[in-house]
Amino acid sequence: MRVTSPRASAARTRTVSIASEIDEQTRLGEVYITSLMRSQLRLALTVLLVLGTTLGLLPLLFSVVPEVGRFSVLGVPLPWILLTVVAFCEIITLGWFYVRQAERNEADFSDLLDGR
Amino acid sequence: MSNAASIVAVILVSIASLAVGAFGLRLSRTMSDFYVASRGVSPVLNASAVSGEYLSAASFLGVAGLILARGVDMLWLPVGWTAGYLLLLVFVAAPLRRSGAYTLPDFAQLRLESVVARRASSLLVVAIGLLYLIPQFQGAGLTLRTLTGAPSWVGQFAVALVVCLNVLPGGMRSVTLVQAFHYWLKLLALLTPLFFLLGAIGSRSGNPSAGAVRVADWVEPLGGDNALYFTYSLVLATFFGTMGLPHVVVRFYTNRDGRAARRTTLAVLVLLSGFYLLPVLYGVLGRYVASDLVAAGRADSVVLELPSRVLDGPVAEGLTALLAAGAFAAFLSTSTGLVVSVAGVLSQDLVRWGTGHRQGIRAFRLSTVIAVSVAVILTFASAAVPVAHAVELAFAVAASTFCPMLLLGIWWRGLTAAGAIAGLLVGGGLSMGAVLSTTFGVATTGWVGVVMTQPAAVSVPLAFATMVLASIATRSGAPEHVTQTMVRLHAPEHLDLNRGSFHPERWSRRPVVTGKASPAVDATATRP
Repeated sequence: MRVTSPRASAARTRTVSIASEIDEQTRLGEVYITSLMRSQLRLALTVLLVLGTTLGLLPLLFSVVPEVGRFSVLGVPLPWILLTVVAFCEIITLGWFYVRQAERNEADFSDLLDGR
Repeated sequence: MSNAASIVAVILVSIASLAVGAFGLRLSRTMSDFYVASRGVSPVLNASAVSGEYLSAASFLGVAGLILARGVDMLWLPVGWTAGYLLLLVFVAAPLRRSGAYTLPDFAQLRLESVVARRASSLLVVAIGLLYLIPQFQGAGLTLRTLTGAPSWVGQFAVALVVCLNVLPGGMRSVTLVQAFHYWLKLLALLTPLFFLLGAIGSRSGNPSAGAVRVADWVEPLGGDNALYFTYSLVLATFFGTMGLPHVVVRFYTNRDGRAARRTTLAVLVLLSGFYLLPVLYGVLGRYVASDLVAAGRADSVVLELPSRVLDGPVAEGLTALLAAGAFAAFLSTSTGLVVSVAGVLSQDLVRWGTGHRQGIRAFRLSTVIAVSVAVILTFASAAVPVAHAVELAFAVAASTFCPMLLLGIWWRGLTAAGAIAGLLVGGGLSMGAVLSTTFGVATTGWVGVVMTQPAAVSVPLAFATMVLASIATRSGAPEHVTQTMVRLHAPEHLDLNRGSFHPERWSRRPVVTGKASPAVDATATRP
């Protein structure tokens, strides 16, 4: 690893260097920031994929298997339950999952920069 | 229909909004207060304000009306409007806050380092803002007419006047409190009558018009021609359009930091989900007791008419007045948010003659008056497009323009200014073309007509493709500081890193304005 801040004490060398690698836009600094972006983007795309393969496929399902649209649960037609209570619960759960994971990713990145 | 109680309720809501705004005003002093409430708003208050601003006439009246008229397929509107916030949360909430920009044009300037991209974004903010303001004013006119028989212009002027009085003195700070108040008022206004209505209908013996409910077209999904295309187009427009709406995006700058922006959005998801179950219930109840409204072409007013259909006497009058108050709060909060964001952009980029702090505030006030006046004139001029459809079109324009610019700008280093502008032109041109052809009733048939009614499924992918391909073609013109910008967008605020020197109040001729600078900017200043 390249030491770019000669005035820093030996003990702090590593702490300073990752942050300054990023500041000075070296290859290494770019690798660090790219790794943070990748982990956050992977998380966001996971949420989008889950949403797309559940809620997003519903219209197609209704179109290919019309019987699903006629099914009733406790007297309420299934599509009405799916597109209200179930959809809102899924959206909130996905949001909660995302916030927790995104904050973990950021904590990992901070630890990396603090040399822990 | 009666009236004195409703008129009193509407006047009370207007006075209460002004009073809450005046209270917030005492805290509003600097330029940064005007635009973003100095970024000191807590997540719960901010989430109430975001939801209060977002739940417009289309949510309060339009959803119930559409469900009454068209049934299960319209459930995609409330679901899509909420899912739009989920996508906003996962893709843009934190980076947008960390960008330190006040408006979408600020973001374009920061990321693309191009004044042309900034100007293009400014024009689009004004276009989307006006497109969304028109149905709010129309809705206000219709509501007052339904309740009191007054001509439509009375309601339109009343909303315009109260919005001006709210925005002119205090800008964003006073608006934040007003909008938070409006969320809880709207929730209460829909929730209270529902108990009375369900109680009254439940105690009746047998349902006289249950026949109207057991209709396959209404209960089962995908009725009508091209239903699958329309549904997917609606899903695309609402899921991806929310993040591109200027009045939604500007609220994210009022969070303390990126982490607070995420938590605010999560709270918004809960508040919106809770709210959106209510208009659905109103639509279903309406199908039981007021299905004749569909044939009369007055489905939009089902929420306001239900109490007088089911109950009578002072109880019905009181509940109608409460619903009128909620509807008026819906017009006020959404139009206020739109006017603040349009005026913010106008005063930053167009109406500005001095460089000082006082001129800045004067320009903001002048822009407010201009934005409201133009919207009122356009409301008179535009043909009567149904409220919820005009809003859908605004979502389609946002999803075809700002959505790709934000997503690619935040997550892909390769986006260039030329690529972004090309994408804005293609996506904006297609979707605005559809808006104009719908507004002026240009009849088109076949597939072109279908696409023109719901452009999103075509225009959103095309806008993305254009931005990506044009950026690759102009790879050599990549913004100079893109690496630093990425650090700014993605690194948590507490890390001491160089995030570049961009500041929205300093991008051009303007000097530094006193007031709290964002932590992101402070971090730069402390670096040796």
